[in-house]
Amino acid sequence: MTKIKSLFISLVLTLGVSTAIAGSHGSTLDLVKERGKLMCGSNTGLAGFGAPNDAGVWEGIDVDVCRAVAAAVLGDASKVEYVPTTSKVRFTVLQSGEIDMLSRNTTWTLSRDVDLGLEFVGVNYYDGQGFMVNKSLGVSSAMDLDGASVCIQVGTTTEMNLADFFKANGMSYESVPVETNSEADAAYLAGRCDIYTTDASGLYASRAGYPDPSAHVVLPEIISKEPLGPAVRHGDSEWADIVRWSLNAMIIGEELGINSGNVEEMKGSKNPEVLRLLGVDAGYGAMLGLSDDWAANILTQVGNYSESFEKHIGPNTPINIQRGLNALYKDGGILYAPPFR
Amino acid sequence: MQTNFIRKIIFDEKSRALLIQTLVIGLFAVFIYLIAQQTAYNLEKRGISSGFDFLNISAGYDISIRLIPFSSEDTHLRAYFVGLLNTLMIAVCGCILATILGFLVGIIRLSSNWLFRNIAYVYVEFTRNVPVLLQIILYYSILLNLPKIKQAFVIFDTFYLTNRGLFSPSPIFKEGFSIVFWSFIFAIFFSILIKRFLKKKQEQTGKQYPIFLINSAIIIFTPILFFYVMGMPLEFDSPVLKGFNFKGGMVIRPEFLGMLFGLSIYTAAFISETVRSGIISVSKGQREASQALGLKSSFVMRLIIIPQALRVIIPPLTSQYLNLTKNSSLGIAIGYADLVHGFGGISLNQTGRAIEIMLIVMLTYLSISLTISLFMNLYNKSVQFKGNA
Repeated sequence: MTKIKSLFISLVLTLGVSTAIAGSHGSTLDLVKERGKLMCGSNTGLAGFGAPNDAGVWEGIDVDVCRAVAAAVLGDASKVEYVPTTSKVRFTVLQSGEIDMLSRNTTWTLSRDVDLGLEFVGVNYYDGQGFMVNKSLGVSSAMDLDGASVCIQVGTTTEMNLADFFKANGMSYESVPVETNSEADAAYLAGRCDIYTTDASGLYASRAGYPDPSAHVVLPEIISKEPLGPAVRHGDSEWADIVRWSLNAMIIGEELGINSGNVEEMKGSKNPEVLRLLGVDAGYGAMLGLSDDWAANILTQVGNYSESFEKHIGPNTPINIQRGLNALYKDGGILYAPPFR
Repeated sequence: MQTNFIRKIIFDEKSRALLIQTLVIGLFAVFIYLIAQQTAYNLEKRGISSGFDFLNISAGYDISIRLIPFSSEDTHLRAYFVGLLNTLMIAVCGCILATILGFLVGIIRLSSNWLFRNIAYVYVEFTRNVPVLLQIILYYSILLNLPKIKQAFVIFDTFYLTNRGLFSPSPIFKEGFSIVFWSFIFAIFFSILIKRFLKKKQEQTGKQYPIFLINSAIIIFTPILFFYVMGMPLEFDSPVLKGFNFKGGMVIRPEFLGMLFGLSIYTAAFISETVRSGIISVSKGQREASQALGLKSSFVMRLIIIPQALRVIIPPLTSQYLNLTKNSSLGIAIGYADLVHGFGGISLNQTGRAIEIMLIVMLTYLSISLTISLFMNLYNKSVQFKGNA
C-alpha cells in the first residue's frame, strides 16, 4: 500500500504539471482560506501525539498544532482534514502539495530541512531515541543488547541512530523492519524482536496500549536528540511564519498563564505582552495576514502548550510522560518561544 | 508536381498512414520532453535536490536479510544490489516451488480420485480468488506465532524452529572440498554423455536402457565417493542459543518464508490451471493411439502427453513467472528486504530522490521481466513442433 502510494505520488510529481503551476502561484494561506479547511499530515496513529479517539476525532499534541493553525487562519480549530502518513511517505506527501503542513512527530534534521525542500518551523516536543524491552529479559542497560533482534520503523532517523549506536559500541543486532507503529507493536509482542526502539515518547505511547504495560521497561539510555516539530514546504515563508507563530502562541500562552478558560478575563490584563498576544493591542495579526484575534482563538479553542501536554501525554494520562525537557525554560526545561512583540 | 505530392498524401492510403504515424510519434516525443522539462523545473523551484550522486553516499541503515555482506557504512548503490539479490532470490525460489506445486495440483485435478480432485479444486478456487497480499500477511502472521526464541521447537537436535526463523547448521568447507564439488560437476557432464550414447544405441538397436537410474547413481555416488576419499572435508557450524539469539549456523527468516509461501501457493493455483488446460488440449486420439501401441501409462504421460501439453503451457507459464516476480515487491508489507523495501523505500526516504530511485527500480523490474521472457521464449521455441509437421 505504501509502495503504491509513494509510486503514485512520484507520478503526481511527474505529471502534475497543472497542479504544480497552480500550487506555486497561490500562496498556501490563500489556498487554505479558499478551501475553508486545513490539510494536515498526521501520524497513522500514535496515541497521545496523533490518533483518532473512540469517536473518530483526531487527538494529540501534534494534532493540536494543526488545530492551532486552523484556529488562527480559519477561526475554527475543527476545520482540519487529517491525512494519515507513514514515516516513509510523509515528506513526499508534503512536497507534492497534498497537505499544507506536516505535524507528525518528525525529527528536525539538516538534510530534511535543506535537501528535501522542507522548512521546519519549531519544536513541539523534545525527544530522544530509547529502547523498550520485556522485563523478563533482565536487561537494565542498552549496553547489554549485543546480538538482539530490534524492531525498527523504516525510513526514520531512529534507523540510522540505531546502526550508529550498535556500531559505535561494537555490538551486533538483527534489524526487523516494520512500516507502522502498530506493526512494530505486533512484532514486538509476538517476540519477533527483543527490543523495540523509537523515540522515547513513542515507546511510552505504545506501552500504554499493551495488555500488560508493567511487563515492559524503557531503558535509561537515550541515544539521540530528536527535536520533533511541524514542517511546511520550503519557499512560502509567509505560511511558515503562521505555523511557527501558532505554535509559539501556545508556548507563550503558558508562559503568560493564559489558558482556554481565562482568555476573556486576561483581555483586561495590565501586561502589555498579554494584550498584544490576545489582539487587544491591534496590529500583530495583520503582520501575519491574519485577524487580530488569531492567538486568542488558538488559546480558547486549543489551549496553551501545558494544557495540550497534560491532556494528551501528561502524568495523568495512560501515556504518563513527565514534562522533563519539555517544561518551560523557567521551569527547568528548554521550551522557549521568542518574545511576542 | 506539388499538387501531386499533396494528393498522394491525402489519397494514398500507405502514405497517409505513414504521415499520421510520424505525427503521433512526434507528438508523443514532444509530450515526454515537456513532462521531463516541467518536472526538472518544478523540482528546482521547490528546492528539492536531484541527481544520482546519492548512490555513492553511505546508506546509514542495516539490512538483516542479505546475500552479500552489507553494513550501514556501505553505499546506497550496494544497498541496491542487496535488495536486487533478495528480489531475485525470492523470485527464483518462488518460481521453482510454484512450478512444482502447480504441476502436481494440475495433474491431481485431472485425477480419477474424487477426493483428491476436489481438494485440489477447492485449493485452486480459494487461493486464486483471494488477493495475494492478504495471503502473504496470513502466512507471515502464522509464522510469527511459532514458538518464541527461548522455547525453540527442536527438530532432530539440529534444526530450531522459532518465530525468528528456522535455524540450521551451516556447512564449513575445508580444504579439498572443491574436489568433491568438481567431481559433482564432472558427474553431471558424464551423465549427459552417457544419456546421448545410450539414446543413440536405443535408436539403433531398439533396446531400452534404464538411463535415469544409471545417471542418478553416477550423480549421487561420485561426489560421495570423493567425499570419503578426501577425508570428509566438511564440518557443520551448529547454531547455539546465546543471549538474545542463536549464534552461528544459518537462518531462514520468517519474512522470506512468508513471501515464499504466499507467492508460490498463490501462483501455483494459476499454474495448475495452465497445466490442466495444457493436458486437456492434447487430443484424445494421441492417448488412445499410444495405448494402442502398447506403451505403459507412465510412458504415455511422459513421452506423448506432456511434450505436447508443454506447447500450450509455456506461454501462460511465462506470464505467471512474470507475475510472481513483480508480486515479490509486496515484500514491503511484511518487512522482506527486497528491492522496493530497501532501496526503493528506505534509501528513497533517507535521500528524498523519489523520481530517480523509482526510475531505477522500475527499469530494474523491466530488465528482470524481459530477461525472464527472453529465456522462456527460447525454451518455448525448443518445445514447439519442428519441421513441417
